[in-house]
Amino acid sequence: MALADPTRRALFERISREGELTVRVLTSQSGVSQPAVSKHLRVLKETGLVRARHKGRETHYRARPRGLAPLVDWMNFYSRYWQDRIDRLEDLLKRMEQ
Amino acid sequence: MSAETTRSVVIEREMPHPPEKVWRALTQSFLLEEWLMKNDFQPVVGHRFNFRADWGAVDGEVLAVEPNKMLSYGWAAFGLESVVTWTLTPTSTGTHLRMEQSGFRADQEQAFKGAKYGWQGYFGGLEKVLARIE
Repeated sequence: MALADPTRRALFERISREGELTVRVLTSQSGVSQPAVSKHLRVLKETGLVRARHKGRETHYRARPRGLAPLVDWMNFYSRYWQDRIDRLEDLLKRMEQ
Repeated sequence: MSAETTRSVVIEREMPHPPEKVWRALTQSFLLEEWLMKNDFQPVVGHRFNFRADWGAVDGEVLAVEPNKMLSYGWAAFGLESVVTWTLTPTSTGTHLRMEQSGFRADQEQAFKGAKYGWQGYFGGLEKVLARIE
């Protein structure tokens, strides 16, 4: 359940979005303490979602998006996703001028 | 089936609107934002863009543009490398719209089967967002 926790999910999304980040940087905008951030990062690392790299005294974390691919039934997800989006496209077309 | 075999998601829909109008909704950034995602899309071959949503970002590159007929772009997100192709065919009542997302590998699907639980919280959140939109 690595991504079920909202704080952990937010951390993972931020690392995915911004590339490589340190615990210090991640803590500064997370609204939780550094030990709490470190604990969440440990879970993400254990489940293969992020990779840690030691550089000087700091540890840098980077997302491992390929670690996710086997976890997701993408075809099932996107079938539902596109059905929903194309419904919204139809609604938009109704509202648009010719 | 070889390991290289890929599969597609295909959705087809009859739209009571002319292809020119459907084309605008598929290619104009501010209209795409209304039904798909925030984006910096441009219908120009080679243009690289992002779609951004609550659940993450999609990296894209425009691969083919035939105005009012066909649009194709790369769609990469969370390790999935795929291609989305829209085909518009005029009909007597409007447009036959076809969306094909190709590039799903069979081995990804098989590997998934034992490990779905980890993502239920994540996509459960997405479903709540989608339900709210409806």
